[in-house]
Amino acid sequence: MQRFQLKAEDLDVLIQVIRAQGHQLVGPVIRDGAIVYDDIQSASDLPRGWKDEQEKGQYRLKRRDDGAYFGYAMGPQSWKKFLQLPRRKVWQARKDSSGIQIVAIEEPAPSLAFLGVRSCELHAIAIQDRVFLGDHYTNDSYAKRREPLLLIAVNCIYAANTCFCTSMNTGPEVTLPADLTMTEVIDVERHLFLISAGSERGQGILQQLPVQPAEVEVKKLAERAVQSAVSQMAQGVRSFDSSDVKELLYRNYESQAWDKLADRCLSCANCTMACPTCFCSTVEDTTDLSGDNAERWERWDSCFTGEFSYISGGAVRADTRSRYRQWMTHKLATWHDQFGTSGCVGCGRCIAWCPVGIDLTEELQRIRELEKE
Amino acid sequence: MKSMADLLHEHPFFKGMDESHLDFIAGCGENHIYNAGDYIARENEPADHFYLIRAGQVAVECFVPNYGAICLQTLHDNDIFGWSWLFPPYMWTFDARAVDEVHAIRLDGKCLREKCETDTAMGAELLKRFARIVTQRLQATRMQLMDIYSQQRPPLDPGQ
Amino acid sequence: MIPALFRIDERKEEFSGTFTLGIRREGESALPRFKPGQFNMLYAFGTGEVAISLSGSPADTGVYQHTIRSQGLATQALARLQKGDAIGVRGPFGCGWPIDTVAGREVLIIAGGVGMAPLRPLLYSLRDKAHGAARVRLFYGARHPDEILYRSELERWADSLDITLTVDQGDSTWRGRVGVITQPLETADINGGKAVAFLCGPEVMMRFCIQTLLTKGLSESDIYLSMERNMKCATGLCGHCQWGPNFVCKDGPVFSYGSVRSWFNLRAL
Repeated sequence: MQRFQLKAEDLDVLIQVIRAQGHQLVGPVIRDGAIVYDDIQSASDLPRGWKDEQEKGQYRLKRRDDGAYFGYAMGPQSWKKFLQLPRRKVWQARKDSSGIQIVAIEEPAPSLAFLGVRSCELHAIAIQDRVFLGDHYTNDSYAKRREPLLLIAVNCIYAANTCFCTSMNTGPEVTLPADLTMTEVIDVERHLFLISAGSERGQGILQQLPVQPAEVEVKKLAERAVQSAVSQMAQGVRSFDSSDVKELLYRNYESQAWDKLADRCLSCANCTMACPTCFCSTVEDTTDLSGDNAERWERWDSCFTGEFSYISGGAVRADTRSRYRQWMTHKLATWHDQFGTSGCVGCGRCIAWCPVGIDLTEELQRIRELEKE
Repeated sequence: MKSMADLLHEHPFFKGMDESHLDFIAGCGENHIYNAGDYIARENEPADHFYLIRAGQVAVECFVPNYGAICLQTLHDNDIFGWSWLFPPYMWTFDARAVDEVHAIRLDGKCLREKCETDTAMGAELLKRFARIVTQRLQATRMQLMDIYSQQRPPLDPGQ
Repeated sequence: MIPALFRIDERKEEFSGTFTLGIRREGESALPRFKPGQFNMLYAFGTGEVAISLSGSPADTGVYQHTIRSQGLATQALARLQKGDAIGVRGPFGCGWPIDTVAGREVLIIAGGVGMAPLRPLLYSLRDKAHGAARVRLFYGARHPDEILYRSELERWADSLDITLTVDQGDSTWRGRVGVITQPLETADINGGKAVAFLCGPEVMMRFCIQTLLTKGLSESDIYLSMERNMKCATGLCGHCQWGPNFVCKDGPVFSYGSVRSWFNLRAL
């Protein structure tokens, strides 16, 4: 794959080329003190010169001194909100003297382009692809949004303390296919992007950019930048061997760790909302005041709610212990049996956005230690 | 026609029991036929026997004023019932009534309990076998108590 | 996937709070065939869907039957439907009872309470001797004589089908068994190596029956059970009905005990 270099001041050319192709471009922007994904009109919308400092139950934006566009790690929201809509009308129905008519809602799917997709997030999208498109029944709304999606991946040059993609083998270097993959290279002399195309569509965009073949030095700098994120994680406390996690959890359904967790977990469902792979949804049926018009809405749901496991009269998972156990064992163990992959990509969102600072890497360690006792 | 000892031999309850014990027990047994509606045992009356049902259905009942006899459980071919003869005050705690024509072997518990006092090996064997039956009935009763097929039972922990 | 429009063709009150609906599709005389043990998602206008097993004969191609216990909002709304009313239907979903396993076998059908409903189509199918079962026996435990589903039908079938009924509480008219279903199962003459069992009922009842069947020598893989979990989408996409690694809606609702034993015995899973 031939690699090119694009000057940082020409980043906006890339953005305008994508927009000119009719894509709705979404990427990182700062909103309410966090980096979230939203519509991008120009390069000036990007969170240039900001980074995120994250810890258990903590997220703060801080200034960088190098003016990097993609110098942050991970915001609270994942891309899933654009592909699996948090709330959508599925169908509407009308009742009259002749019976009921039910009409499916055919939503026009925008042609989305994601700018700044991290390696772990590409993995998350690939995981959701398996969930929603991989079996006999598919999620048509997801399929329609996923199909035209243009992916512009960006390698991480910085890892937050909460990041553990190296433990889940999902990053930080982009290895899954993307239409374009970029690495931001900054030093005293230069600020540019190493860029390569991974598809014909990407190639078509690349051809319209003021790029030149990448210099050897730039390639080396890019490699080093990604490597620095690797080292950051390797030196952190969240580096672990995940190869036996499925078996570990399968052996420990009755671990005391779950009781300890239940004392802390609020069942608030933040982790499931922030998780880029959590896919559970529910439906709500409503009628208007006349009772003649009904609607069905689908919305994100969480295994931390009481209604989630409701059967004839009560919840199967009535307490927090069983709900946290369900979430974590699903994510890290049963997911393997269901979809042939872990459900965790190591993005660390569930750690930063847990209001009581529960860290699943720490909890795994606790389960391991309790098992040894 | 089969002898009493043969009949007992064939029954799983007595399986593996010492021949001499079995012969003794057979000596305490006699065949009985009860007509539908007959009481085989009555609450608060002396319990000197236990029964092996050869054919027919027996209802274990409790009489409730203003209501009638509540059937707690039915017993059937090859079931053994009656253990009140084993323990003081040797009185039946429930009624046992033949639902249809019941052919049963009636075993003399009074004679057996006296024998068990002297022949402790036989006593232990019999007690072991009765304990198994009592356990099974208790398990069944506990399951009945749960009323698992009932509707609209609110959960103990409704969740949040 | 939007519900297809059906109409109530027949409504029968089985006993208080439990009823059977016969439904026909608007404008269609032939319905998709279903396998015994499968379920439909039934939609009463405006109140949401609920998963209900098919309980009629698989040979009846014009009508679906569903026996429903009125319990939550959606089933209460279904309970109010009368002949001619419209109802939305998605399905049939799920895998059914593995009926191809019965050839030459002793079949034990073990039902508890309204768990009889998903087993009734299996009985219909097995009455058709083509499946080659060596023997078919039904063990059915109900709460009360009035709460025995399809009682008159079972009485009609009694000459060709070995049926053991038992109730938790008798009444003055009840001449049959009083007690739990494990008792006749324990005393029944069962060739464990030749038998295959199909269970549906409350999980507690299935747990005890499984223990009895295992002592009778049945292998874990010859015991099949129908599981209940919260089913919303019925297509394995919404995540609600997860049970260990299984999605009850698409991997079940029928599972062999051998394949789910470790999950079956975990609490609050």
